[in-house]
Amino acid sequence: MKMNELSAVQEAATMQWKRVCRVEEIPHLGARVVKSTGGGIAVFRNAEDEIFALHDRCPHKGGPLSQGIVFARTVACPLHNWHIGLCDGKAVAPDEGCTRRYEVKVEQGEVYLLV
Amino acid sequence: MKRTKLVMVGNGMAGARTLEELLRIAPDLYDITVFGAERHANYNRILLSPVLAGEMTLKDIMLNEEQWYAQNGIALHLNKPVVKIDRAARKVIALDGTEEHYDRLLLATGSQPVILPIPGKDLEGVLSYRDIADTEAMIEASARYKRAVVIGGGLLGLEAANGLALRGMDVTVVHLMPWLMERQLDRTAAGMLQRSLETKGLRFLLEHKTSEIVGGDGRVSAVRFDNGSEIAADLVVMAIGIKPNAALAQSAGLHCTRGVVVSDTMQTHDPRIYAVGECIAHRGTTYGLVAPLFEMAKVCANHLGRFGIGRYEGSVTSTKLKVTGIDLFSAGDFSGGVDTEEIVLHDAVGGVYKKLVLRNDKIIGAVLYGDTVDGAWYFQMLRDGQAIGDLRDHLMFGQSHLGNSGHQGQDKAVAMPDTMEVCGCNGVAKGTIVKAIKENGLFTLDDVRKHTKASSSCGSCTGLVEQILASTVGGAYTPQANATKPMCGCTDFTHEAVRRAVREQKLLSIPQAMHFLEWRTPNGCASCRPALNYYLRCAWPHEVQDDPQSRFINERAHGNIQRDGTYSVVPRMFGGVTSAAELRRIADVVDKYKIPTVKVTGGQRIDLLGVRKEDLPKVWADLDMPSGYAYAKALRTVKTCVGSEWCRFGVQDSTQMGIDLERKMSRMYAPHKVKMAVSGCPRNCAESGIKDVGVIGVESGWEIYVGGNGGIKTEVAQFLVKVKTAEEVMEYAGAFIQLYREEARYLDRTVHYVHRVGLDYVKKKVVDDPESRRLLYARLLDALSVEKDPWAERIAGAARHEFEELSV
Repeated sequence: MKMNELSAVQEAATMQWKRVCRVEEIPHLGARVVKSTGGGIAVFRNAEDEIFALHDRCPHKGGPLSQGIVFARTVACPLHNWHIGLCDGKAVAPDEGCTRRYEVKVEQGEVYLLV
Repeated sequence: MKRTKLVMVGNGMAGARTLEELLRIAPDLYDITVFGAERHANYNRILLSPVLAGEMTLKDIMLNEEQWYAQNGIALHLNKPVVKIDRAARKVIALDGTEEHYDRLLLATGSQPVILPIPGKDLEGVLSYRDIADTEAMIEASARYKRAVVIGGGLLGLEAANGLALRGMDVTVVHLMPWLMERQLDRTAAGMLQRSLETKGLRFLLEHKTSEIVGGDGRVSAVRFDNGSEIAADLVVMAIGIKPNAALAQSAGLHCTRGVVVSDTMQTHDPRIYAVGECIAHRGTTYGLVAPLFEMAKVCANHLGRFGIGRYEGSVTSTKLKVTGIDLFSAGDFSGGVDTEEIVLHDAVGGVYKKLVLRNDKIIGAVLYGDTVDGAWYFQMLRDGQAIGDLRDHLMFGQSHLGNSGHQGQDKAVAMPDTMEVCGCNGVAKGTIVKAIKENGLFTLDDVRKHTKASSSCGSCTGLVEQILASTVGGAYTPQANATKPMCGCTDFTHEAVRRAVREQKLLSIPQAMHFLEWRTPNGCASCRPALNYYLRCAWPHEVQDDPQSRFINERAHGNIQRDGTYSVVPRMFGGVTSAAELRRIADVVDKYKIPTVKVTGGQRIDLLGVRKEDLPKVWADLDMPSGYAYAKALRTVKTCVGSEWCRFGVQDSTQMGIDLERKMSRMYAPHKVKMAVSGCPRNCAESGIKDVGVIGVESGWEIYVGGNGGIKTEVAQFLVKVKTAEEVMEYAGAFIQLYREEARYLDRTVHYVHRVGLDYVKKKVVDDPESRRLLYARLLDALSVEKDPWAERIAGAARHEFEELSV
């Protein structure tokens, strides 16, 4: 087994659901940044109260996606206006690239993140 | 739910473009079936000439290959011409018996070449020039035969003749009229074109009427004219024109004139049946060029997609000859009449001829030969009906401001090698742009921006990118008429229409505006939301709540985001004047928050770079200075020179004037950033000539200049008025800025706004009409009265969530 596969398995084994905040602490069509060891995680809330979580780095030049304008299920990176899908972390064509996605869930108005 | 059934007959550029537009706005509405008479999927018909000339291959000109139809769930029947429409049973029947039921039918049957009704027209070796099959037949003939005759000296005929000559044939062009391309060119330009084609080896027989095509053994052997003469020929290409293909519609009982008659919504007289492209007759006009097809496609898709708001109102077209080495452009009414004027530049030796036809101070036609760089620019002004005014003096010399920086001073795309960088912001070379245009079948500036990023940042190379687009796709490129350009992909309404609705309907929130204006997207996009937020607040400053989530991050965090995600902090220094106390506080803040870079800005203040977002409120509190709005579409600085208080040349107190202006107008949001300057004498050390509002003190008062720009597009400000007192400076400058705030499109600088409406209009509103000026200024002061310092608000705890990170 290669090193990176090994660490992925180890990571999966140690991951657990952690409470982040209440849904209303994230603005509609906005985001909050959650500190983590591997860099920030951007937790988004759209107009329909859907919650998404992405690694807070644009696949283009590392811009903080949490600071972008959110619309529908997309965020526009504040640095160069790449559009990133909130569901899958993928850049909207014709741009190409992908940022890491995190599992997120809402229970009784509380947002949980699998980290 | 069962989906509605859409059948399209004809698989050319107009039809396929309509489907693309339809899928974009209503992807799930229809089950789509397409019948095409050719065995190829959709290709770029206008690029057949480069294929004939051997400059491109068939593969290069495909727009939608078969897999595109499959990917979009479209059933595609190639090589199946439709022979009957049964309107009662709502079905179409193809030549091979295939039947298809429809709920909506789209006719895009295109046009067919006109064939002279003369003896010998059916002989082997007599071709028309319309599709891939014709092109292939010509290429094949050129390999086996030597002598070609092209009948028709129009655009298509000349391109065919050029292609055949390049493939080694001896080509004679026969033309009925006294000069070539008489529908696009005047005699002078046509003469220059003819000479240049003659040097390429073509021969011409003008004013010759073909009476018969002579054959031997079933194949063409000569062409005979009505004067009795004849010339030998192994290949004859008839390129005398096209006519709409309306026979199918006619046989189905649809009202047809020269083409299928459609309304402004692209509907035929049977409301279930739409038609687009060269097969239609719209307001009595038929079109044989590609650009209008795209406009029709957009409107048709809008109605098929049940949005129901577009209207096609006809097109002004332009022509560009696609013969390598010959630059020719023609648009509008180039021959003029009794009430027109002409501006002509003719350099016979240099091979340049330009003629602009004007009526009532507007361009109505243009013919360019030899130097067509400015064709798109003239065409844009023609379509927009823009008044020429002061431009008249240098109109002939082209768009001088094309690309100020970032592309080595080049302003002619044709002269650039493929490796040269066009877009200095995104590092895009000319070759990359050309490749993207060809490979992806791009036709609009927006498409090129999406695919290549060229001209998508500062936009100063837009003119160059447009030139590249125009020269790559030829006549298919039409600049979007400014007057009808929609705000963004979420709506078909223009900025002006949206602003009007906001005012007249008293729309007070973004969701309300989007609902009323029937936005296509649930909450807009990163382009329209900030614009809407501004328009609402500008129209109703007291009633509208600001929406921070519809502001770009800089205006939400009240700092300027840097490439590493940190922010810059620029406190306000009114008129560029500071004090020991302020400087001490700044120095202490730099030490306390370990701010890595301190820089003096071009606007006479101090920039603290590299501040972490969570530190921003604390930094602001310790600075105890107001926000400099260095991050916002708002008043930035008022730059001043020292003026009469110290300077031995100064005649006015420019520093105090600048401080007063900045105090009055700080916190003022605008469509884009606004910069001002005040100089104390005509030496103009504060550089008032390149500011949105520039004030210059003279012995007897103050001169006010507007619409200048020092950055993205260097532009000297224009003289607005001379006034006597400081109070007048305030009122005139304020009224001008309010006019800009109320009427400019979001992200237009004053230079763009003044260019669009003209200085005369601005003078009418601000100088000539005291009541108008007074009201404008009063509205500005009213809007400013509700603005609070954003840093002070956040120090006091507003929007705390913006600056606090969460942890788990």
